[in-house]
Amino acid sequence: MATVSVPTILRTHTGGEKSVEAKGTTVGEVIDDLESRHSGISGRLLNDGKLHRFVNIYVDDEDIRFSGGLDAPVKENSTFTILPAVAGGATILPAVAGGAAILPAVAGG
Amino acid sequence: MDAIVAHARRDHPDEACGVVAGPEGSDRPERFVPMLNAARSPTFYEFDSGDLLRLYRDMDSRDEVPVVIYHSHTATEAYPSRTDIGLAQEPEAHYVLVSTREPEAHELRSFRIVDGVVTEEQVEVVETYMFAHTGADVIPDKG
Repeated sequence: MATVSVPTILRTHTGGEKSVEAKGTTVGEVIDDLESRHSGISGRLLNDGKLHRFVNIYVDDEDIRFSGGLDAPVKENSTFTILPAVAGGATILPAVAGGAAILPAVAGG
Repeated sequence: MDAIVAHARRDHPDEACGVVAGPEGSDRPERFVPMLNAARSPTFYEFDSGDLLRLYRDMDSRDEVPVVIYHSHTATEAYPSRTDIGLAQEPEAHYVLVSTREPEAHELRSFRIVDGVVTEEQVEVVETYMFAHTGADVIPDKG
């Protein structure tokens, strides 16, 4: 089982747990397994079947955007870290202006 | 506070960003950590994803959380934009905004942003948190 590090904003789905376990050989499979154990979490990570723009996932400290995305491999004892982007700013982002719930990444402007 | 403003001035006209970390559960901002704005933009900020991971790993190892998440607005007021509100994903953090639109004076305000709801909070400057709650008469007011 991979060890999944859960950010504060998603702990409502894990009963407050910072760290949970999930199985799968790819990022996509791990997210499916997480969803089966912690209902609603997948919708916070994915948007139209893709990783949300302002959510970062790292497998063994590697940002999955640079290692295969949802197909990136996950090993039996991998660490799987979810971090909301920290971002923002004065600019108007269409995705944000539309009122879409965006979670998690830490960004702004 | 002075360090946040200095960082905002230094990076102007781009938006500056960073955190002030503190012990988990303490709500005390103690360790100033300026971050690089990976967007290098006058209207947007975003922590680099690698920097973000290192920051959270470092805070975890010290049992810290981001008590303050700050950024600057370079041409508008120090109030959360719709983008700021939509992207705010640390419900326990104080979001501090600094406006650098005026060259001589700055505006600094602090907010909680939870589920899209913005609540402004008063900013009180204390010399050190050791004395923060011992009475107004012994707190050197730098504000």
